Amino acid sequence: MQELIVILVDGLVFSSYLFMVAVGLTVIFGVMKILNVTHGSFYAFGAYMSATLIGAYYETDWPEFGGFLAIFAAALIVGVFFGIVLERGLLRFLYHRDEHIIVLATFAMFLVLEDVLLMIWGTDPYFAYQPMSLLGSVDIAEMTFATYNLTLIALAVVVGLGLWLGLTKTKWGKLLLAVIFDREVSQAMGINVTMVFLVTFIIGAIMGALGGAYIAPTISVSPGIGVEVIVLAFAVVVIGGMGSIPGAMIGALLVGISRAAAVHKFPEIELFVIYAIMALVLAIRPEGLFAPAQARKI
Amino acid sequence: MNFTNKPARAALLATGLAAAIGFSAGAANAAETVVMAVPTFLTGAGAPAFGVPARNGAEVIIEAINKGTLPAPYDKSGKGLAGRQIKALIYDESGGGVKQVAEFRNKVQKQGVDLFVGYISSGTCAAITPVAEELKMLTIFPICGTPRIFEEINTNPKYVFRTMGHATADGVAEAHYVKANLPDVKGYTGINQNYAWGQDSWRDFDLAMKQLMPSVPASDKAQWPKIFSGQYGTEISALMLSKEPLVHSSLWGGDLEAFIFQGAARGLFRKKKLLFSVADTSVYRLGKKAPIGAIIGARGPYGIFAANVDTPLNNWFRKVYSDRYSTLPVGGSYQAAQGVLAAKFAYDKAAAANGGKFPSKDQVIAALEGATYQGIAAKVHMNRSNGHQAATKHMIGVLEWDKEAGGPIMTKVTEFGPDCVMPPQGINGTEWLKGGMKGAKC
Repeated sequence: MQELIVILVDGLVFSSYLFMVAVGLTVIFGVMKILNVTHGSFYAFGAYMSATLIGAYYETDWPEFGGFLAIFAAALIVGVFFGIVLERGLLRFLYHRDEHIIVLATFAMFLVLEDVLLMIWGTDPYFAYQPMSLLGSVDIAEMTFATYNLTLIALAVVVGLGLWLGLTKTKWGKLLLAVIFDREVSQAMGINVTMVFLVTFIIGAIMGALGGAYIAPTISVSPGIGVEVIVLAFAVVVIGGMGSIPGAMIGALLVGISRAAAVHKFPEIELFVIYAIMALVLAIRPEGLFAPAQARKI
Repeated sequence: MNFTNKPARAALLATGLAAAIGFSAGAANAAETVVMAVPTFLTGAGAPAFGVPARNGAEVIIEAINKGTLPAPYDKSGKGLAGRQIKALIYDESGGGVKQVAEFRNKVQKQGVDLFVGYISSGTCAAITPVAEELKMLTIFPICGTPRIFEEINTNPKYVFRTMGHATADGVAEAHYVKANLPDVKGYTGINQNYAWGQDSWRDFDLAMKQLMPSVPASDKAQWPKIFSGQYGTEISALMLSKEPLVHSSLWGGDLEAFIFQGAARGLFRKKKLLFSVADTSVYRLGKKAPIGAIIGARGPYGIFAANVDTPLNNWFRKVYSDRYSTLPVGGSYQAAQGVLAAKFAYDKAAAANGGKFPSKDQVIAALEGATYQGIAAKVHMNRSNGHQAATKHMIGVLEWDKEAGGPIMTKVTEFGPDCVMPPQGINGTEWLKGGMKGAKC
């Protein structure tokens, strides 16, 4: 029983991590139909910015819990900056081009940003462990968990719920859904699609950066972290269905809990599990679990 | 510019001639240098722990060789390699085996490289070995750890050398240390990255433990996280639930540091005894956050284990390195420096045997094969795999925090001789371990 509870908690924590790194990717794809490889850069820049701001914050005598604000500030700074620069400076020139060209362009930008990151922060790792130390630990089923990791579950729920409410209950969300449904008709009806695209890309970038910023206190922030994340994020998004927020959530849960079970019961197949689920879903439902079937335009 | 008028044509001609003269002068200069390629991780996850410290270590030694300022025992050997200045081409090892093989060919065939001293990843070394032999290129691996290089990939090397012990030495030294210091341990488990280095490390430690402490059971649920995964929450839970009190780990770099942060937050180090093969790469960076009380290694007598080696060469190296890079040298720094010193030793020895004339490649190879030379921290015996694989002494100890000095120190250090931890000449490491480590001199 203890092992079962631990698997569930571990699975939920890892699922939350997966959801946080995947949700921005799926939001951007859902609206703009762009497979955005620079998402890995948003994650990495978010983590570096977070580590830098946290480090600077704890150099001051300000209240300890204020350090958490640094995490969200980092996500906002990185997301807004790169959202505007990349959408206005690169992507808007490519919307009329083939999807594959856009993927290649974002991949090229990802490589460029990896070098920019090295130019700014160098190769030395950055540590920002203070927020994690501050929250201490809790015992669940006689197992000690870092409280900070458990807050990741809450953050994922808030982000998922916020995006869902924003999409379904607000005017802006309805405009977004209209654009997702049919970009051309939306434009004809007077929706400012250019603005919708820009705002969507910024939100997606903030989500990617928030993933990195929130994870930063638990890791050694070092070169290459964005590369690993993008692969996992793609796997989750493909399983859930490209562009579906509930899909990303279910995909993350499926992968997270299956992986946790594998680590506890059959650790040698930990790696295999994630991609086995992806292969299985693609074999049965190639568009992913939650992506609606696409009507072909003639 | 109008090239039809005479002055313009004259200027063009003069420029062309000047360029041609400059080129030939450059070519003449090039002939007086030894072009040494130094591939190491400058980007990506391998850079902070190994790549950049290795580059720094190599740079310090190359500069001193060129200026002729190396301390004893190299203080009378003159400037350069056999009198010729080293022209170093330091470049990035990132990108995987295929890219590195292409880069290797490019450096050999188009850039006139005379020798390679580098490569950190076991995967890269495995990919480069057959190509180096095919192109007849002198290649010195200073770091990569997989025993498979000379046990499977090329059992009869001519052009490839490795100037430090391989993963078998780590596993054997660790098992000896556990037997001596934790004689009542009830079992062991592990967390190692799921690729060549992690798999080899666990295999050799496990095989050595089975020989030295046959009654101590190994877990059948050792953990295999993906390299660079960075998230170890689930693995930490599994380790904490396991009944084995000892955890073996060859995690390194950012993975190691993330594991330490996440494990410390959950009390893993209070509940289990940790044994880290290569934690020295992180001890200075982590400071008090380092796993104090854990058993650690540095893949030999390097880094923090060399802190008290009182020789002119080691004292000089630590001072120059720390003055220049504002941090102390770690294992990778020592190991890369040791690789460059192998070239210095071999070229100078070959030149001396050649009547003082600059030696041929074959003469340099002959000089290094089977030789013993002085590394920064210890003697390097090139006496395995037909004289191409090094054996050095090995050290394992417990990491503690020195309150007075305000830094990490090694305590309860045990030193193992090269013939204790490395398989004898001509014997496959795995077979040697399975056969009870016959011939080991401990």
